[in-house]
Amino acid sequence: MRPFAYSRPRDAAAAVAEVSADPEACYLAGGTNLVDHLRLGITRPGLLVDLRDLLDDGVEEMPGGGLRIGAATPNSDLAAHPLVRRRHPMLSAALLSGASGQLRNAASTGGNLLQRTRCAYFRDTAAPCNKREPGTGCSALEGHGRHNAVLGASRHCVAVHPSDMAVALTALDARVRVLGPGGERVVPLPGLHRLPGDEPHRDTVLEHGDLITAVELPDPPRGRRSAYRKVRDRASYAFALVSVAAALEVADGRVRGVRLALGGLAHAPWRARRAEEALTGAPATADAFREAARAELADARTGPDNAFKPALAVATVTAVLRDLAARGDR
Amino acid sequence: MDATITLHVDGEEHRLTVDTRTGLLDALRDRLGETSPKKGCDHGQCGACTVLVEGRRILSCLALAVSHDGARVTTAAGLAPRGDLHPVARAFVDRDALQCGYCTPGQVCSAVGVLDEAARGWPSLVTDESGDDPGEGAPVPLDREEIRERMSGNLCRCGAYTHIVDAVESVGSAGAGGEAAR
Ligand SMILES: Cc1cc2nc3c(=O)[nH]c(=O)nc-3n(C[C@H](O)[C@H](O)[C@H](O)COP(=O)(O)OP(=O)(O)OC[C@H]3O[C@@H](n4cnc5c(N)ncnc54)[C@H](O)[C@@H]3O)c2cc1C
Ligand code: SF4
Ligand code: FES
Ligand code: FES
Repeated sequence: MRPFAYSRPRDAAAAVAEVSADPEACYLAGGTNLVDHLRLGITRPGLLVDLRDLLDDGVEEMPGGGLRIGAATPNSDLAAHPLVRRRHPMLSAALLSGASGQLRNAASTGGNLLQRTRCAYFRDTAAPCNKREPGTGCSALEGHGRHNAVLGASRHCVAVHPSDMAVALTALDARVRVLGPGGERVVPLPGLHRLPGDEPHRDTVLEHGDLITAVELPDPPRGRRSAYRKVRDRASYAFALVSVAAALEVADGRVRGVRLALGGLAHAPWRARRAEEALTGAPATADAFREAARAELADARTGPDNAFKPALAVATVTAVLRDLAARGDR
Repeated sequence: MDATITLHVDGEEHRLTVDTRTGLLDALRDRLGETSPKKGCDHGQCGACTVLVEGRRILSCLALAVSHDGARVTTAAGLAPRGDLHPVARAFVDRDALQCGYCTPGQVCSAVGVLDEAARGWPSLVTDESGDDPGEGAPVPLDREEIRERMSGNLCRCGAYTHIVDAVESVGSAGAGGEAAR
């Protein structure tokens, strides 16, 4: 591991100034992704700027409605927070379906959003990988492809985004507050994570030095029910093959509102706008749900190892929406 | 590059100078001789290195020592300060919840964390959240399904899982054990 200097600035502005001034610097939050990458040699910073004790680590109600989640809020505290459990069951479930109890206790909200892909070739410094070393090629195209993306991929990268929490936040129209060298701005979800195109080394639209300070969540409309379902190779402590974050409001047997995001399918959490449009106003039936999910997956491109993904995604979306429609008022 | 830090481990204060790259697990084992936390994978995938930091169970392999300057760390050995077995460790012995024992200190620390989290009303993925007020924070009863889900971050190559669930269940229903986390 390359030696690095370590710094613990007094406040967020000082942290942004330090990282912005040094192209080899990076932020450290819970460390559950970054320390792994230091050890694997994927990331080789010259300076670590520790965010410990300098970002908010709690959830509060915003004056005009909605929740504000400090970027340092640990995944486990966020999942257990009463306001999150009451208003956004899908977010609590998404967090609880990720990693393990120990990891969630250390992992932060900001770090979870910016965790990097689990593509096996990205994690193996002996393998060519355009995301790790631009221009070297993509080993996953010809290699093991079980986890590969089926939507929005490019010939430069077929990796998927690993976060469960980010899928829920993408369905919930979350907004990320970012403090950069030029001041504060807001980045919406979807919109934070990118598709790979010909720049797969860029996971998100953030620039060097940008610091996530908080995530804001609008309140759900009355009568909305939400859920998160994750399908994986073992029952717990595994990344998603496919996951679905869904929120639904039904009135008189018809869909009044629906929010749908998919995980495990693309380089970014996938907001299923096409399915949402098809469903709004449609009868809340399994047939309608299945048809909308099929339309969403119509452009999926698969290889021999991940050919199961579109059908699995369609079945999971259908099941989640059908269960939400069948449930009482929450 | 070096940094001088303080760690409070199992009630004892240590001042030490570490390379900034040193993980908390290596600091505990190689520098302080605290060998109850084990290194299974060094990548967050097995749980053998689980310790309690400020009462929360975490993976010490993915924590940097410098980032834990001033932290209060409890290892499995520290759960038995006067040589009496902690109720959770006692249950592991009574229920034959180990074979080689390599994963056991991590399992025990993790179980102490699980008991505390459930007592505080933290849900898991398998907790029924469909009641009137899922956020009210009542303690979550630890049935076998809950224990399996909450302990899933601790792998056991010997496959002692069934007895590990027995052990945690026996302490969980006795209502003891979690307070050591605090
Ligand atoms: C074995 C294992 C299994 C896992 N399983 C899952 C799973 O099933 N689902 C899932 O979703 N996740 C899973 N995870 C990933 C885990 O959720 C992430 O590692 C964690 O959320 C990262 O948060 P952190 O605070 O530790 O980030 P760090 O590791 O500290 O940082 C991650 C990245 O974010 C940057 N960063 C951190 N905070 C900020 C900020 N505020 N502003 C700007 N940049 C920042 C850092 O510079 C770094 O690049 C798993 C991890 C492991 C090791
Ligand atoms: S899919 Fe992306 S991350 Fe994986 S090897 Fe190809 S370029 Fe690298
Ligand atoms: S050694 Fe830390 S999780 Fe395996
Ligand atoms: S008892 Fe041998 S690894 Fe668990």
